[in-house]
Amino acid sequence: MSESHNHLVDNSLSGKIKKETGVSVARCYQCGKCSAGCPVSVDMDYPPSLLIRKLQTGLPEHEEQVLRSKSIWFCLSCEMCIARCPMEVDIPPMMDYLRHESIRLKKVNPASKNIISFHKAFLDSIEQTGKLYEMGLIVDYKTRSFNLMQDVMLAPSMFAKGKLSILPEVIKNRRNMKQIFKNTLKNKQK
Amino acid sequence: MQKIKLGYYPGCSLEGSSREYNESVQAIAEKLGIELVSIPDWNCCGATAAHNLNKELSLSLPARNLALAEEAGLKELVVPCAACYSRFTTTQHELMHDETMHQKVNGIIGKEYKGNLRILNVIQFIEEFIIDKLDDNIKFEFNKKVACYYGCLLVRPNKILNFDRTEDPQTMDVVMKKLGADSIDWAYKTECCGAGFSVSFTEAVGRLSGKIVEDADHRGAEALIVACPMCHSNLDMRRPEIDKYNGKKLNIPVLYITQAIGLALGIDRNILGLQRHFVTVKLNDFKPFAKKIEVENLQITEEI
Repeated sequence: MSESHNHLVDNSLSGKIKKETGVSVARCYQCGKCSAGCPVSVDMDYPPSLLIRKLQTGLPEHEEQVLRSKSIWFCLSCEMCIARCPMEVDIPPMMDYLRHESIRLKKVNPASKNIISFHKAFLDSIEQTGKLYEMGLIVDYKTRSFNLMQDVMLAPSMFAKGKLSILPEVIKNRRNMKQIFKNTLKNKQK
Repeated sequence: MQKIKLGYYPGCSLEGSSREYNESVQAIAEKLGIELVSIPDWNCCGATAAHNLNKELSLSLPARNLALAEEAGLKELVVPCAACYSRFTTTQHELMHDETMHQKVNGIIGKEYKGNLRILNVIQFIEEFIIDKLDDNIKFEFNKKVACYYGCLLVRPNKILNFDRTEDPQTMDVVMKKLGADSIDWAYKTECCGAGFSVSFTEAVGRLSGKIVEDADHRGAEALIVACPMCHSNLDMRRPEIDKYNGKKLNIPVLYITQAIGLALGIDRNILGLQRHFVTVKLNDFKPFAKKIEVENLQITEEI
């Protein structure tokens, strides 16, 4: 009995989470403190405790729902859940892992399109120059997300207040930066 | 007096949209005889984007900076941005507790980080190097009612940061009291402002930041005091969305704690970058500093 149970856990998404992040969803007793404290649980399709419950069942349809959920992308990584969890189930690193798996398995929820476009535009900027180029990021994000009109009034005021630079800051060792991206993000995407 | 030299990582925001944070950190350091030495050829920490998309990348970007700082012979590293601070401390923690990952990251960045740096957020920097010098240098009392807003990444996750309380932190309040301020008890000290979703999920930022600004204003605070560029941008620049959420216009300004210290030290408002804020900082009529202000629990982090 226990052997077959272990076998089940090892192949499940929760088993992979345990192996990759050390986080055990089995510890959760569904008190709901994470969902109560989470500032974006109202925006999520499944609040954090329900996401964990779905992982606990280990049913393929539940795991599918988790990987295709909005929740994993709407998570702000604010760490409130772990601060309040009586069982110390470390949800934020679990969320990171679920996001990575969701991308790897091409199961990203369409509602998270803008959020991911922003992340990608952000990282592209760093890959090119080593530092964040805010002006470039805004333009790149707008093009990717087709939100061309968003914040059109904000940029000129920011510029007037000296908060936006026209030209990017560039680090000297850009080759090192390219290398880091080649060995990490670009490596995984292949 | 011998000048104190400390390693410094400004981060991207402090060179761009939050340059007044950098200006005010530099101004108070200079005034009190502290030299901040930037890490040579530093790069972005990767912020939320990197850890959302790729673990190795999220560790390698901060690790390159840490290794460069170590190479430059720096012992302490002051990281004013709460998000960069969080990425740096998390990276240090992960690399020191996972040897396989440590080796892997060393390979990726082509350098070795040995783990000898002491990483300080802005409050730790103030506690350790600024607060003792205040009594002799304060010119004006910051005689205002303030709401200290810590946000997420300064205090969480407590297991890794080991800094102040997660729910009702006190370190910023202690500093503000030391300047003569009346720091209030309020409900949103550590609630998230919406952080990195400012552009990609603005509605949520309007709601979350809206609650924070409303509560501070409702309890009579004359200013919100912050220590994170993302918190500042959201609470200051997102005021149209915040006002829309609250259904009323709120004029409470948002100051970096280093700007508040700078004002108390009598540094010019424009040097502290107050003119760069979207919500006008009207605060004036500061009382000339008369006598030393005694504050209990000055070293609150020691007790936790």
